[in-house]
Amino acid sequence: MALQNKYKELTDAATALGVSNLQVREQDAVLYIDGTAPNGSVKDQLWGIYDKIDPNFIAGDLILNVSVDVAATVTKVKVTTESSNLNIRKGPGTDQPIVGKAAHGEVITLVSQSSEQWWLVRTDDGEEGYAYAQYLTPVV
Amino acid sequence: MKLSKVLMAIAIIATVSFTSCKPNDEEIKSAIEAKLQSTAMITAATVEVKDGVATIGGECKDDECKTVCEKDVAAIKGVKSVINNCNIAMPAVVADAPVTITADDLLVKAVTDATKDFPMVTATVKDGVLTLTGEIKKDGLKRLMPALQALKPKKVDNKLTVK
Repeated sequence: MALQNKYKELTDAATALGVSNLQVREQDAVLYIDGTAPNGSVKDQLWGIYDKIDPNFIAGDLILNVSVDVAATVTKVKVTTESSNLNIRKGPGTDQPIVGKAAHGEVITLVSQSSEQWWLVRTDDGEEGYAYAQYLTPVV
Repeated sequence: MKLSKVLMAIAIIATVSFTSCKPNDEEIKSAIEAKLQSTAMITAATVEVKDGVATIGGECKDDECKTVCEKDVAAIKGVKSVINNCNIAMPAVVADAPVTITADDLLVKAVTDATKDFPMVTATVKDGVLTLTGEIKKDGLKRLMPALQALKPKKVDNKLTVK
């Protein structure tokens, strides 16, 4: 219960901001919070609260796993790397050969979300492969 | 003598016809069951009727449901009194899904992918615990940590120096 109190502000915010499938469990001195945020901004806010309660995430007593709900209607994603090109790979993994690249800021086609980490995409040049989902932002 | 027999016969007929106007226990029971089913407030309802005394049981969701059921039953023709043995259902406990921890082999691969763009970060995985060493900028940490915790490790032991 101590951990639930420590991160109460976070779980309260998750509820208030409309996180669905919210699960809060404590096991072996680690609190596990899972849920689906309605958008990326909500996820960022929750991580901001986490950083405030536990600066730099060093306590090791929370696993915050909030995914962002991507509507089935989303077909376009924007490449949101820091500045570099995004690798498009043959399979889902950095050990897979690179079959293409998408430029920073480029809008490409989302073919399917094959996993939470890797999405199947296609560039306007017709290059199709897997890209790391963290660097892709749905275009609504 | 004759007159008294006639009177007796009338009395018997009257008694029989009078009692037959009142619903018997079986009929009352059926009426109660039909009523309770139509209200749909009570589940697993049981009904017994003896000499017009109705005993009802079952699961009610709250006190109000229990009171309403009793009133409904009491209003049925032929019911003299109601013994209300209904239970109030306990609020449903929503079972939390168990915590899922990614197996080490899958975790190692996923962590390699996630830390690829952070060459100063070293990540090791043992028994689901992800240990991070090296250094990182605050901006990078804010991007890396959500990606790592989404991989469902058991724990993240963050020993990174934040620059």
